[in-house]
Amino acid sequence: MAADAEAYQTVFDAALAADERIEPRDWMPDEYRASLVRQMAQHAHSEIIGMQPEANWISRAPSLRRKAILMAKVQDEAGHGLYLYSAAETLGTSRDELLDKLHSGRQKYSSIFNYPTLTWADVGVIGWLVDGAAITNQVPLCRCSYGPYARAMVRICKEESFHQRQGFELLLALSRGTEAQRAMAQDAVDRWWWPSLMMFGPPDEASAHSAQSMAWKIKRHSNDELRQRFVDICVPQAEALGLTLPDPDLRWNEDRGHYDFGPIDWEEFRQVLRGNGPCNTQRISQRRRAHEEGAWVREAAAAYAAKHGEAGA
Amino acid sequence: MTAALALGDDALVLSHRLGEWAGHAPVLEEEVALANIALDLLGQARVLLSLVGDEDELAYLREERAFRNVQLVEQPNGDFAHTIARQLYFSTYQQQLYDRLARGDGPFAPLAAKAVKEVAYHRDHAEHWTLRLGDGTAESHERMRRGLEALWRFTGELFEPVEGCEVDWTALHDEWLARITAVLDRATLTVPEGPRRGAWAAGAGRQGVHTEPFGRMLAEMQHLHRSHPGASW
Repeated sequence: MAADAEAYQTVFDAALAADERIEPRDWMPDEYRASLVRQMAQHAHSEIIGMQPEANWISRAPSLRRKAILMAKVQDEAGHGLYLYSAAETLGTSRDELLDKLHSGRQKYSSIFNYPTLTWADVGVIGWLVDGAAITNQVPLCRCSYGPYARAMVRICKEESFHQRQGFELLLALSRGTEAQRAMAQDAVDRWWWPSLMMFGPPDEASAHSAQSMAWKIKRHSNDELRQRFVDICVPQAEALGLTLPDPDLRWNEDRGHYDFGPIDWEEFRQVLRGNGPCNTQRISQRRRAHEEGAWVREAAAAYAAKHGEAGA
Repeated sequence: MTAALALGDDALVLSHRLGEWAGHAPVLEEEVALANIALDLLGQARVLLSLVGDEDELAYLREERAFRNVQLVEQPNGDFAHTIARQLYFSTYQQQLYDRLARGDGPFAPLAAKAVKEVAYHRDHAEHWTLRLGDGTAESHERMRRGLEALWRFTGELFEPVEGCEVDWTALHDEWLARITAVLDRATLTVPEGPRRGAWAAGAGRQGVHTEPFGRMLAEMQHLHRSHPGASW
């Protein structure tokens, strides 16, 4: 047996070294499987929790065109949740099990969604900065070593880049609009900039899972590398928008060929992660409530399917 | 363009109500499905309202009494069964109405020809859920029964002739009732027996008389747009 496990490990290592994809039926180390489930679940949960701050504005969208774009975006997020839960199912973990872990707080979602959307401009900033940061994180995942995750990410990234553009375009309309609209846009950027930088996770030296994930080729770049890439992309975009990023230390560094930026308040990050953000309780309780209030619907679908041999809802 | 306003407002208002489900649906597949239906309806509303004037002025700057939608579509979502009952009544009506308009040579024929395909999906969705809920568990059966019952009194108005829609309204009504009866029968439910319209003005949405929840819905929908007069978004 030990010799078998060793042989499997050798095949697995060779596949990684050759940049081949690991597929659901392939042998994989238990820790690799667990790490992928953790990451994919967190990603799926982020998609469905992330619907809430944006759905908050569907009923108040200020034009029918914007309303259609926003509804389509929130719908895409539900769809992304579906692909990701399905991809996680290929590793033998059901959607119900993962939702249960989300509802009981045993699995996390991206902390950014624990911030509130206070004005219409927040919808634009979520598209521009939050989806922008997500894309920076996710594009490398299209080359992740686990096949189903990588393929789900190809599709998701295409839609995310559309979301990012619509957010930018929404903000452009505001920044070129009335004084009140401009102020609304600047206020939203002021509130979301730092939390967006935190989306890349703790600095490399403090990141719990990074080194192993990189060795497994689940992760391709370090947190700090990706954060820097994001800052470099955002600075000229903010200039194009005519909006100011709220960091007095932000300036081009000729020697590094990158923008320098000020220190991130990691204490805030830790607090929000620990459940003390402005909306942690609200987000998870809405999710739980929707799930609990929907229990009778799911039971009805299952009962009907059992009676009539139909696939469940 | 009475007809464009009536049909456009139906689609606009129902789309808004369905949009309120975002983030609250009982299962992830329904987040996608309800948003999909809401988006189809919003698309239809935008085409129809644009035949009358500026879509945003019409949606955001009219007072409640100027809206011409039927009262059925403005009814609050309630539980999932209530929403499905509203969807069943309305999408069956809309599918049959649009099917007739598409086959006619009136001004709505091209729009109806496109929309009828979308609406056929909305009806399928509502019928499938009516079957699952009606013939699912005792609880779902009871909730579905209550939803159908509560909204029944708003169904009479659907068949008030709309000026500019050249269709046989009596035949439309009979066909609607036959289809609803058949679906409810398969779902082990029965067609409600109460009156099809209220004693006072229920059934006057087409004349601009609405129900209390509608004013609140418009207040929310219109407030941001109205807070920034003349702004572009």
